[in-house]
Amino acid sequence: MSEISEPERLGVRKTYKLYIGGAFPRSESGRSYEVRSARDGRFLANAALASRKDARDAVVAARKAFGGWSGATAYNRGQILYRVAEMLEGRRAQFVAEVSDSEGIGPRKAERVVDAAIDRWVWYAGWSDKIAQVRGSSNPVAGPYFDFSVPEPTGVVALVAPQRSSLLGLVSVVAPAIVGGNTCVAVTAESSPLPAITLSEVLATSDLPGGVVNLLTGRPAEIAPWLASHMDVNAIDLCGIEAPALATELEAAAAENLKRVTRPPAGDEPDWFAEPGLGRMLSFLETKTVWHPVGI
Amino acid sequence: MVVTHEPPSDLAVSNGGLRRFLHGLPGVDHVGADARAAALATRSIKTTAKAFALDLAVRTIDLTTLEGQDTPGKVRAMAAKARRPDPSDPSCPPVAAVCVYGDLVAVAADALRGSDVHIASVATAFPSGRAPLDVKLADVKAAVAAGADEIDMVIDRGAFLAGHYLEVHDEIVATKQACGAAHLKVILETAELATYDNVRRASWLAMLAGADFIKTSTGKVSPAATLPVTLVMLEAVRDFRDQTGRLVGVKAAGGIRTAKDAIRYLVLVNETVGDDWLTPDGFRLGASTLLNDLLMQRQRLATGHYAGPDYFTLD
Amino acid sequence: MFEYAPAPESRSIVDIHPSYGLFVDGDFVDPEDGVRFKTVNPATEEVLAEVVAAGPRDVDRAVAAARAAHETRWSTLPGRERAKYLYRLARIVQERSRELAVLESIDNGKPIRESRDVDLPLVAAHFFYYAGWADKLGYAGFGPDPRPLGVAGQVIPWNFPLLMLAWKLAPALACGNTVVLKPAETTPLTALAFAEICQQADLPPGVVNIVTGAGETGRTLVEHPGIDKVAFTGSTEVGRQIARSVAGTTKKVTLELGGKAANVVFDDAPLDQAIEGIVNGIFFNQGHVCCAGSRLLVQESIADDLLDQLKRRLATLRLGDPLDKNTDVGAINSSEQLQRIRLLSDIGEQEGAERWSAPCELPDRGFWFPPTVFTGVTQAHRIAREEVFGPVLSVLTFRTPAEAVEKANNTPYGLSAGVWTEKGSRILWMAQRLRAGVVWANTFNRFDPSSPFGGYKESGYGREGGRHGLEAYLDV
Repeated sequence: MSEISEPERLGVRKTYKLYIGGAFPRSESGRSYEVRSARDGRFLANAALASRKDARDAVVAARKAFGGWSGATAYNRGQILYRVAEMLEGRRAQFVAEVSDSEGIGPRKAERVVDAAIDRWVWYAGWSDKIAQVRGSSNPVAGPYFDFSVPEPTGVVALVAPQRSSLLGLVSVVAPAIVGGNTCVAVTAESSPLPAITLSEVLATSDLPGGVVNLLTGRPAEIAPWLASHMDVNAIDLCGIEAPALATELEAAAAENLKRVTRPPAGDEPDWFAEPGLGRMLSFLETKTVWHPVGI
Repeated sequence: MVVTHEPPSDLAVSNGGLRRFLHGLPGVDHVGADARAAALATRSIKTTAKAFALDLAVRTIDLTTLEGQDTPGKVRAMAAKARRPDPSDPSCPPVAAVCVYGDLVAVAADALRGSDVHIASVATAFPSGRAPLDVKLADVKAAVAAGADEIDMVIDRGAFLAGHYLEVHDEIVATKQACGAAHLKVILETAELATYDNVRRASWLAMLAGADFIKTSTGKVSPAATLPVTLVMLEAVRDFRDQTGRLVGVKAAGGIRTAKDAIRYLVLVNETVGDDWLTPDGFRLGASTLLNDLLMQRQRLATGHYAGPDYFTLD
Repeated sequence: MFEYAPAPESRSIVDIHPSYGLFVDGDFVDPEDGVRFKTVNPATEEVLAEVVAAGPRDVDRAVAAARAAHETRWSTLPGRERAKYLYRLARIVQERSRELAVLESIDNGKPIRESRDVDLPLVAAHFFYYAGWADKLGYAGFGPDPRPLGVAGQVIPWNFPLLMLAWKLAPALACGNTVVLKPAETTPLTALAFAEICQQADLPPGVVNIVTGAGETGRTLVEHPGIDKVAFTGSTEVGRQIARSVAGTTKKVTLELGGKAANVVFDDAPLDQAIEGIVNGIFFNQGHVCCAGSRLLVQESIADDLLDQLKRRLATLRLGDPLDKNTDVGAINSSEQLQRIRLLSDIGEQEGAERWSAPCELPDRGFWFPPTVFTGVTQAHRIAREEVFGPVLSVLTFRTPAEAVEKANNTPYGLSAGVWTEKGSRILWMAQRLRAGVVWANTFNRFDPSSPFGGYKESGYGREGGRHGLEAYLDV
């Protein structure tokens, strides 16, 4: 009697595409690039290689989503961001595996990273309906006027995500941008884009309106200049630009429409585990001051 | 008797006088009006109340087709449905009226001969109203001559927004005259008026000029009828009757697609102005696809299970 | 006639146990020296369940559990972990909100539409809002690392049972305190359901303790030497007693007490919305609202017209079965409260005010009072000065803005006020001068967890809600 052994089951591999306007298109350029594991060098996927036209489309999507997102109540935004954290938690194992491969770290360290990313998201969710109380004020002007100042989102924010911290760093630049009502277009970590796309899947299933966050996998050096010079982008965070000359060039390009610029951190990539402070939220909030007379 | 806004007798003589009166009406708090409409939309209308409301909704429909591609065939089909909305159920009442473009009134009149269904015609260069006055009045007279017993006119929104209230008023007066015996509905096109304050002012303006009905929209501009806008108009007709004794009706038109929507409008009427307006002489729903949803709901109430669209006619 | 058919919300979603224990240290336990009493449905007078009036040893046990939990479990948890517990509580409230709303209406008498559309969403929102502060206390303006007070004893009223529980628990827990909470005698059931929710959320035992009971239990809790903080919402009379009892101790106390709010309507008010605001101000929740707009101050030039319109509007209010989705006005919470409302209304008539009630049929069983309006009221009438806490509106007139302010402020209370006018500068002028902790302009009875709420003068002190609401639970 012959023995037939069970062949090993073949997995169904995920395709990694861009996340624009709530959908997952391939790059309009049709290009992709190889992503390999930082642990053992094996082939992981062909990620979409975003083009300038993808960036253009992403900005259009972000602008379209801005009215609805900034017009939602702070409570509603907070609820949605908390839901993102719930979805992240549900996919913890998948993220641990992807971060481990992306950053070449062992599973225990990867778990620490993923837990921190989820908690980071929860931290930002809770800021939505509080930033106005910490940042706003009524101002005791010397006259019969009621005078108050409130923070408002600046609009569409371009982000170059940290290039080494493929999940925690990404979350730490995206969440503060959108919690106050901005929408964003982010260029992800070039050699470790997979957690970013899995994050997109989380965003797409969390009631986050399409276009609020748009993620482009590919080469920051290729894409960032187009975002930095884009006249319908209101602010840019150059966090992931590691070459000082390029950072300078981008900051100069951003000056054309007076974008609010966040420069890359001096020195090595920051300790993303540390509590972030208010800076990244405040960078993308304007302040509006209103006067009204007081009289019968 | 509540007497709050007394228009002076020489009101319609100067634009300034008319403006001072209209701008002296109480303002409408936008958030408060939206909140009141939303609260009334939570009323739960079930069983006998639902059956009453569904029937009333059918009876107050102006079954409408206002498309460039309307043909005599299309109008004839719609008129047949207006007379007998549900061939499988003789207990279903006919609608209040059909609503068509003026050049198809004769077709509708022919198709509806011998029935109680009225023939409403849009006129005055509907929907934009942008034409010389004599052209607009000729439009009205032609429709009346062809057999229309109701005319749905549009106000000149441009003139209104430019503050030429007397001009708007006088156009309505002239149109009412051209109507002869036909009753006049005045479309405010509330989306273009933008604010509830303007809706209140335009409602009063139309009523002072002799409107028999005030109507929310042409249905060609979005948003068409909404609950808060209709609420403001119902408050205006209530106050106008308190003031003058004359009952002016309200027609909500456009964007009312489901039975649930229609019932919400009837609740609004019920709790703002009450019984006197809960008839086709006081309230109308301008709609087309709404009718089938009402029929489906009627059938569900009668049979106990959910209905399917195959069992109702498409006109 | 368009008559609405009954539209009852089903009771089958709630599961009321015949008897409840006390919730101490994470479990339901039998009382040591408490006695059992019954709680009834005020709309039908049916007995709902047996609950415990906790005795002194029961309160001791609860306070000890809270102290142990504070020291060993809760105050050492990082803020971000406390936050996640509070988020769990918020989510579970959302998941069970239909059930909780029905339970609230059955126990309290308020219409299901209110408990479903107002109370429950706000309950969840309070937990969400304060969850977000738990790990951000250093940004709240109280210094870099503000510490909790310890154990809080909290006593809440019967008018918004679960919402008042949320207002008390959420900030206390977010700041790192543990709690012993006593719900009102006539409305314990949603608090007991919340105890189950604490179990579902795996909240560490002893962090939240629920001891049911009446005035005696409340006094025992508030006077207990083992608590660091007293929070009370209820009558001014009891508030005074509490303030006396904590004198000379180190206990921090906040009080949210009664009110006799003036709802001021000017001649240029957006009239239809002002009518809604008046109705909402005094007939929402049957007038069982500390911040109710119980005094209508209407500008004399429009008074007659406004009153005609108001009466016409009141005639459309639907009074009846709280579980009917179309009911606007539910039952009075208890026989005692009904007696008080009747007594004060009779006094109003005797003092010469003119009485008018909305025509409605009152059910045979249960505690009911129709929406009632007194006109011709002046500041000298008792019904202009004393809190009725029922659906009774007193109408006074004024001539000028200054006179409106004077009359509005002429009261020992100072919880809230309403202003109705289309003129922005006048809104701000009035708001500046009204001695009230909450001023509503062109709206009324609006609440939000981010918006601080509390009174001036005899309406109490301390604020609940917003960044300000943290102060009551921090050692600052």
